[in-house]
Amino acid sequence: MKILVQEFDFDPGAEIAALHAGQPKVGAVASFVGLVRDINEGDAVSTLTLEHYPAMTEKSLRGIVDEAMGRWSLLDVTVIHRVGLLNPLDRIVFVGVASGHRGDAFAACEFIMDFLKTRAPFWKKEGTPQGERWVEARATDDEAAERWQQSSKKDPA
Amino acid sequence: MKVKVLYFARLREKFGVESEVLDLPGEHAYAAAIVDMLRKRGDPWAKELGLDAGYRMAVNQTLAGLVTPVQDGDEVAIFPPVTGG
Repeated sequence: MKILVQEFDFDPGAEIAALHAGQPKVGAVASFVGLVRDINEGDAVSTLTLEHYPAMTEKSLRGIVDEAMGRWSLLDVTVIHRVGLLNPLDRIVFVGVASGHRGDAFAACEFIMDFLKTRAPFWKKEGTPQGERWVEARATDDEAAERWQQSSKKDPA
Repeated sequence: MKVKVLYFARLREKFGVESEVLDLPGEHAYAAAIVDMLRKRGDPWAKELGLDAGYRMAVNQTLAGLVTPVQDGDEVAIFPPVTGG
Protein backbone atom coordinates (compact mmCIF):
# COMPACT_ATOMS: atom_id res chain seq x y z
CA MET A 1 0.00 0.00 0.00
CA LYS A 2 1.27 3.46 -0.86
CA ILE A 3 -0.47 6.60 0.44
CA LEU A 4 1.02 9.98 -0.44
CA VAL A 5 -0.16 13.54 0.16
CA GLN A 6 2.13 15.92 -1.68
CA GLU A 7 2.37 19.29 -3.43
CA PHE A 8 4.24 18.04 -6.49
CA ASP A 9 2.88 16.17 -9.52
CA PHE A 10 2.91 12.41 -10.05
CA ASP A 11 3.41 10.18 -13.10
CA PRO A 12 0.32 7.97 -13.59
CA GLY A 13 2.15 5.62 -15.97
CA ALA A 14 4.98 5.06 -13.50
CA GLU A 15 2.50 4.49 -10.67
CA ILE A 16 0.55 1.94 -12.69
CA ALA A 17 3.76 0.14 -13.67
CA ALA A 18 4.90 0.05 -10.03
CA LEU A 19 1.63 -1.66 -9.01
CA HIS A 20 2.48 -4.78 -11.00
CA ALA A 21 6.27 -4.72 -11.44
CA GLY A 22 7.60 -8.17 -10.52
CA GLN A 23 4.14 -9.28 -9.33
CA PRO A 24 2.98 -12.20 -11.54
CA LYS A 25 -0.18 -12.67 -9.44
CA VAL A 26 -1.49 -9.29 -10.65
CA GLY A 27 -3.91 -9.82 -13.51
CA ALA A 28 -5.51 -6.38 -13.48
CA VAL A 29 -4.69 -2.81 -12.54
CA ALA A 30 -7.53 -0.27 -12.50
CA SER A 31 -6.66 3.39 -12.05
CA PHE A 32 -8.34 6.76 -11.75
CA VAL A 33 -6.85 10.22 -12.29
CA GLY A 34 -8.73 13.34 -11.16
CA LEU A 35 -7.91 16.62 -12.91
CA VAL A 36 -8.50 20.35 -12.44
CA ARG A 37 -11.14 21.63 -14.88
CA ASP A 38 -11.24 25.22 -16.15
CA ILE A 39 -14.96 25.62 -15.45
CA ASN A 40 -17.23 24.92 -12.47
CA GLU A 41 -20.86 25.93 -11.86
CA GLY A 42 -20.70 27.90 -15.12
CA ASP A 43 -17.74 30.08 -14.11
CA ALA A 44 -14.18 30.08 -15.44
CA VAL A 45 -11.72 28.63 -12.94
CA SER A 46 -8.12 29.83 -13.08
CA THR A 47 -6.71 28.33 -9.85
CA LEU A 48 -7.60 25.60 -7.39
CA THR A 49 -6.14 25.58 -3.89
CA LEU A 50 -6.34 22.33 -1.94
CA GLU A 51 -6.35 22.67 1.85
CA HIS A 52 -6.19 19.62 4.11
CA TYR A 53 -5.97 18.52 7.76
CA PRO A 54 -2.44 17.13 7.81
CA ALA A 55 -2.75 15.10 11.01
CA MET A 56 -5.87 13.35 9.71
CA THR A 57 -5.41 13.10 5.94
CA GLU A 58 -3.13 10.09 5.68
CA LYS A 59 -4.93 8.27 8.50
CA SER A 60 -8.23 8.80 6.73
CA LEU A 61 -6.92 7.57 3.36
CA ARG A 62 -5.32 4.53 5.00
CA GLY A 63 -8.65 3.69 6.66
CA ILE A 64 -10.47 3.88 3.31
CA VAL A 65 -7.90 1.62 1.63
CA ASP A 66 -8.03 -0.83 4.55
CA GLU A 67 -11.78 -1.04 4.14
CA ALA A 68 -11.42 -1.68 0.39
CA MET A 69 -8.89 -4.43 1.11
CA GLY A 70 -11.39 -6.04 3.46
CA ARG A 71 -14.16 -5.95 0.86
CA TRP A 72 -12.26 -7.13 -2.21
CA SER A 73 -9.33 -9.35 -3.01
CA LEU A 74 -6.59 -6.80 -3.73
CA LEU A 75 -2.86 -7.21 -4.16
CA ASP A 76 -1.78 -3.57 -3.88
CA VAL A 77 -3.22 -0.05 -3.76
CA THR A 78 -1.69 3.39 -4.38
CA VAL A 79 -3.42 6.66 -3.48
CA ILE A 80 -1.75 10.00 -4.21
CA HIS A 81 -3.51 13.29 -3.48
CA ARG A 82 -2.00 16.67 -4.18
CA VAL A 83 -2.43 19.76 -1.97
CA GLY A 84 -1.56 23.42 -2.41
CA LEU A 85 -2.01 25.62 -5.47
CA LEU A 86 -3.08 23.91 -8.71
CA ASN A 87 -4.17 25.11 -12.16
CA PRO A 88 -6.50 23.77 -14.86
CA LEU A 89 -5.04 20.66 -16.57
CA ASP A 90 -3.15 19.71 -13.39
CA ARG A 91 -3.60 16.27 -11.90
CA ILE A 92 -5.17 16.26 -8.41
CA VAL A 93 -5.55 12.63 -7.38
CA PHE A 94 -4.42 9.15 -8.40
CA VAL A 95 -5.97 5.89 -7.27
CA GLY A 96 -4.49 2.63 -8.56
CA VAL A 97 -5.65 -0.85 -7.57
CA ALA A 98 -3.91 -4.14 -8.43
CA SER A 99 -5.84 -7.39 -8.24
CA GLY A 100 -5.98 -10.86 -9.72
CA HIS A 101 -9.00 -10.00 -11.84
CA ARG A 102 -10.62 -6.85 -13.20
CA GLY A 103 -13.87 -7.03 -11.24
CA ASP A 104 -12.25 -6.45 -7.88
CA ALA A 105 -9.88 -3.81 -9.30
CA PHE A 106 -12.66 -1.77 -10.93
CA ALA A 107 -14.97 -1.93 -7.92
CA ALA A 108 -12.30 -1.11 -5.34
CA CYS A 109 -10.98 1.82 -7.40
CA GLU A 110 -14.44 3.39 -7.58
CA PHE A 111 -15.13 2.66 -3.90
CA ILE A 112 -11.89 4.35 -2.82
CA MET A 113 -12.68 7.46 -4.89
CA ASP A 114 -16.28 7.65 -3.61
CA PHE A 115 -15.12 7.40 0.00
CA LEU A 116 -12.17 9.76 -0.52
CA LYS A 117 -14.54 12.41 -1.87
CA THR A 118 -16.87 12.22 1.14
CA ARG A 119 -14.54 11.32 4.04
CA ALA A 120 -10.96 12.47 3.46
CA PRO A 121 -10.31 15.95 4.90
CA PHE A 122 -9.54 18.00 1.77
CA TRP A 123 -11.20 21.28 0.78
CA LYS A 124 -11.04 23.03 -2.59
CA LYS A 125 -11.02 26.77 -3.08
CA GLU A 126 -11.28 27.99 -6.65
CA GLY A 127 -10.20 31.26 -8.19
CA THR A 128 -12.75 32.74 -10.62
CA PRO A 129 -13.10 36.16 -12.33
CA GLN A 130 -15.44 37.09 -9.43
CA GLY A 131 -12.81 36.19 -6.83
CA GLU A 132 -12.06 33.16 -4.71
CA ARG A 133 -14.76 30.82 -3.41
CA TRP A 134 -14.89 27.54 -1.52
CA VAL A 135 -16.24 24.62 -3.53
CA GLU A 136 -19.50 23.29 -2.06
CA ALA A 137 -19.89 19.59 -1.38
CA ARG A 138 -22.22 17.84 -3.82
CA ALA A 139 -25.15 15.68 -2.80
CA THR A 140 -24.31 13.36 -5.71
CA ASP A 141 -20.97 12.55 -4.03
CA ASP A 142 -22.78 11.56 -0.82
CA GLU A 143 -25.17 9.42 -2.84
CA ALA A 144 -22.26 7.74 -4.63
CA ALA A 145 -20.66 6.80 -1.30
CA GLU A 146 -24.00 5.82 0.21
CA ARG A 147 -24.69 3.08 -2.33
CA TRP A 148 -21.65 1.15 -1.08
CA GLN A 149 -23.21 1.09 2.41
CA GLN A 150 -26.45 -0.35 1.14
CA SER A 151 -25.00 -2.82 -1.32
CA SER A 152 -23.61 -6.24 -0.72
CA LYS A 153 -19.87 -6.73 -0.65
CA LYS A 154 -19.21 -7.25 -4.33
CA ASP A 155 -22.09 -5.42 -5.96
CA PRO A 156 -22.01 -1.63 -6.23
CA ALA A 157 -25.42 -1.33 -7.92
CA MET B 1 -10.76 19.63 30.97
CA LYS B 2 -8.91 21.21 28.07
CA VAL B 3 -9.60 20.36 24.44
CA LYS B 4 -7.75 21.66 21.40
CA VAL B 5 -10.16 22.75 18.66
CA LEU B 6 -9.07 23.19 15.04
CA TYR B 7 -11.01 24.88 12.23
CA PHE B 8 -10.53 24.35 8.52
CA ALA B 9 -11.36 25.89 5.15
CA ARG B 10 -14.42 28.15 5.00
CA LEU B 11 -15.06 27.87 8.75
CA ARG B 12 -11.47 28.84 9.59
CA GLU B 13 -11.96 31.98 7.50
CA LYS B 14 -15.43 32.77 8.92
CA PHE B 15 -14.23 32.41 12.51
CA GLY B 16 -10.91 34.12 11.88
CA VAL B 17 -9.06 31.51 13.95
CA GLU B 18 -7.15 28.33 13.08
CA SER B 19 -7.14 26.72 16.51
CA GLU B 20 -7.79 27.38 20.17
CA VAL B 21 -7.90 25.57 23.49
CA LEU B 22 -11.32 25.32 25.15
CA ASP B 23 -11.74 24.69 28.85
CA LEU B 24 -14.85 22.61 29.54
CA PRO B 25 -16.26 21.73 32.95
CA GLY B 26 -15.81 18.14 34.11
CA GLU B 27 -13.58 15.30 32.90
CA HIS B 28 -15.79 13.87 30.16
CA ALA B 29 -18.20 15.37 27.68
CA TYR B 30 -19.81 14.78 24.32
CA ALA B 31 -18.61 16.71 21.27
CA ALA B 32 -21.98 18.48 21.44
CA ALA B 33 -20.78 20.35 24.55
CA ILE B 34 -18.05 22.01 22.49
CA VAL B 35 -20.50 23.04 19.78
CA ASP B 36 -22.87 24.43 22.44
CA MET B 37 -20.07 26.47 24.00
CA LEU B 38 -19.08 27.91 20.59
CA ARG B 39 -22.67 28.72 19.58
CA LYS B 40 -23.09 30.85 22.70
CA ARG B 41 -20.54 33.29 21.27
CA GLY B 42 -23.20 34.44 18.80
CA ASP B 43 -22.59 34.91 15.07
CA PRO B 44 -20.74 33.79 13.04
CA TRP B 45 -20.40 30.79 15.41
CA ALA B 46 -24.12 30.40 16.09
CA LYS B 47 -24.96 30.63 12.39
CA GLU B 48 -22.21 28.36 11.07
CA LEU B 49 -22.76 25.73 13.78
CA GLY B 50 -26.56 25.95 13.71
CA LEU B 51 -28.76 22.88 13.57
CA ASP B 52 -29.04 22.98 9.78
CA ALA B 53 -25.54 24.31 9.06
CA GLY B 54 -24.07 21.04 7.77
CA TYR B 55 -20.63 21.22 9.40
CA ARG B 56 -18.53 18.11 10.12
CA MET B 57 -16.43 17.13 13.13
CA ALA B 58 -13.49 14.86 13.88
CA VAL B 59 -12.25 13.75 17.30
CA ASN B 60 -8.58 12.72 17.39
CA GLN B 61 -8.43 12.74 13.59
CA THR B 62 -11.42 10.41 13.11
CA LEU B 63 -14.81 11.57 11.78
CA ALA B 64 -17.14 12.04 14.72
CA GLY B 65 -20.67 13.10 15.66
CA LEU B 66 -22.26 15.18 18.38
CA VAL B 67 -22.48 12.16 20.69
CA THR B 68 -18.82 11.19 20.30
CA PRO B 69 -17.14 11.27 23.75
CA VAL B 70 -14.42 13.84 24.31
CA GLN B 71 -11.92 13.93 27.15
CA ASP B 72 -9.04 16.04 28.40
CA GLY B 73 -6.25 16.45 25.84
CA ASP B 74 -8.35 15.42 22.82
CA GLU B 75 -8.06 17.18 19.47
CA VAL B 76 -11.41 18.18 17.97
CA ALA B 77 -11.68 19.54 14.43
CA ILE B 78 -14.68 21.38 12.99
CA PHE B 79 -14.91 21.84 9.23
CA PRO B 80 -17.25 22.07 6.22
CA PRO B 81 -18.19 18.94 4.24
CA VAL B 82 -15.06 17.74 2.46
CA THR B 83 -14.48 18.45 -1.25
CA GLY B 84 -11.31 16.61 -2.23
CA GLY B 85 -10.70 14.21 -5.09
